[in-house]
Amino acid sequence: MTDFVQLVIAGLATGAIYALAAVGFTLLWQTSQTINFAQGEFVMLPAFFALAGMKFLGLPFPVAALAAILLSMLTLGVLFKTVIVDPLHKQGTLPLVISTIGLAILLREGVKEFYSAEAQRFPSFFPDINLGTAANRGGSGFNVSADQIGVLIVATATILLLAWFLSSTKTGRQMQATAQNPTVARILGVNVERMVMYTFLINGALAAMASLLISPIYLAKFSSGETLGLVAFVAAIVGGFNQVRGAIAGGFLIGIADNLVAAYVSSTYRQAVPLAFLVLIILVRPQGLLGRAEERAV
Amino acid sequence: MNRKLSFSLGALAIFIMLLGPMDFTPFGLPWSGLKTYPTYALTLWLVTAIAAMGVNLIVGYAGLETLAQAAFLGIGAYTSALMHRNGVPFAVCFLTAGAVCFLVGIVLGFPALRVQKHYLAFVTLAFSVFVWLVIRNEEWLTGGTESLKNVRRPVIFGISLQRPEIYYYWFVAGVTLLLAFLMWWLIRSPWGRAFTALRENPIRAESLGIDVRGYTLTAFAIGSAYGGFAGSLLGPLIGILDPNSFVLSKSLEYMLIVVAGGSGYFLGPFVGAAVAVLLPEWLRFAQDYYLIIFALLVILLMAFFPTGIVGLFERLTTRARRPHADDKGPTLGGPSLGTPSTPAGSTTVAGAKT
Repeated sequence: MTDFVQLVIAGLATGAIYALAAVGFTLLWQTSQTINFAQGEFVMLPAFFALAGMKFLGLPFPVAALAAILLSMLTLGVLFKTVIVDPLHKQGTLPLVISTIGLAILLREGVKEFYSAEAQRFPSFFPDINLGTAANRGGSGFNVSADQIGVLIVATATILLLAWFLSSTKTGRQMQATAQNPTVARILGVNVERMVMYTFLINGALAAMASLLISPIYLAKFSSGETLGLVAFVAAIVGGFNQVRGAIAGGFLIGIADNLVAAYVSSTYRQAVPLAFLVLIILVRPQGLLGRAEERAV
Repeated sequence: MNRKLSFSLGALAIFIMLLGPMDFTPFGLPWSGLKTYPTYALTLWLVTAIAAMGVNLIVGYAGLETLAQAAFLGIGAYTSALMHRNGVPFAVCFLTAGAVCFLVGIVLGFPALRVQKHYLAFVTLAFSVFVWLVIRNEEWLTGGTESLKNVRRPVIFGISLQRPEIYYYWFVAGVTLLLAFLMWWLIRSPWGRAFTALRENPIRAESLGIDVRGYTLTAFAIGSAYGGFAGSLLGPLIGILDPNSFVLSKSLEYMLIVVAGGSGYFLGPFVGAAVAVLLPEWLRFAQDYYLIIFALLVILLMAFFPTGIVGLFERLTTRARRPHADDKGPTLGGPSLGTPSTPAGSTTVAGAKT
């Protein structure tokens, strides 16, 4: 039983990180119909911004982390929108999809060639303390690290802050209006272009947060975007493609299932969890757990 | 007349492709043909083109997105190699590889296409990861990371294709021609023409009685079968099967190959495969960065010429002529550069759906 609780807590911690990536993905889809196949790489990259900042500029970790978040908002937010998404929007969905796939390969290979092909150790924000009843990690009894609790708190707080921002501030509500119906939003005086830009900025920041939180757990590696991206898409679909809270639920669900499957079923097949979820949800409830059915899906 | 010209040009190109790598010195001619490695590279190009033809059917004609072609190559490659190893004739192995991929394509595509066409991209993405996991983990069957060694080339009519290299090249070229002809016929059949209708305006096609889901599902399954055929040829070519040849990023590359070449154009996959397989052999100095260069090229192509290299070439050569309603028009969604004469009605519907 203690095993089970430990696994659920670990699952909640990784799930919260998946939720960050999934929420960003959903936001981009809602406001600009951008299906970002580079979302996983967006989560992989900021950790390397921080690492490069520490290695080449000698920045202390907190400064490097902050710089990484800002740089991500600039590159993965503003640059991504102006250089890739905007020029391609008039070409239709497929060219944009292909372009984000190209971008994913570009970022992955870029990190591999210009930084390192090896997995990098990444410092954690939280002290390495065991908060459980076991004397040390791996001992009998209850194991919960400060790291897991810290990740869970920071990620959940970020999500709650975002949810509050979207539902309770004027800008947030304007962003929602833009997502629901850009034409009407524009008529009502919403600066749609600016709102779309905000979503890209938020996605950059969320990806950076996810990156800084997950890299201490799974190491920073050029290829880690593959799994992260897959989990983000699947979390978004499982929860409901058109709902932010769906993406949050989906993220937590996959995080917990991932840890439970690895422990009780098969650790070699843990990466198959997203596929199982995806097929199940498509067969049983295609609009997602919390999603609304779309009127016309062509 | 133009059709006749392009037909003779095509025949000439095929003729050169077949005889070019051959050693003519025994006949007293001063051309010693290609060495083993360049011939191998050419064969790899053809195998890649077969798989890309499948992706082209799915992406360029049926308007879907598949991110699992490398996984289908893997399924085909291991199926065929394991059967061939146990004494099954290669022709049977080859056909089984395609059939298995066709069936898997149906099973995979059915739930995804029930919902929304983008869902196929996500399902195939997850499926790629799954297939790679199976290949890597089930060592009793596939050899896992130790890889499946000594995949033999077939013996056809008593002739072993093991060496010289050009024998296997000719064999693959023959199969490629056959599959290309089949694809060409498929696209021009009434069945294939329904795709054009689908791609241009799905809602209208459906209202005209075209079973959209049935068509797109079959297209996905046939395209996947081409991946299986390519996989069946790939194993004997390389001689060894390794899980890393079938990872997700390889599947993504197939997508880029097709779109870079020109999706929805018959020659697109061949041109795209040449850019991805043959060009790096010339650009040896850029080997490590080739994938980066390729990805950049694709992003630029998408921004400026979304119809790909073949589409760009066609635009440059047919500038003077009047655009005519040919079935190999630009394929990518939305009003695109090549069709200024799109009726206003169709764009509104396309705009309304997003």
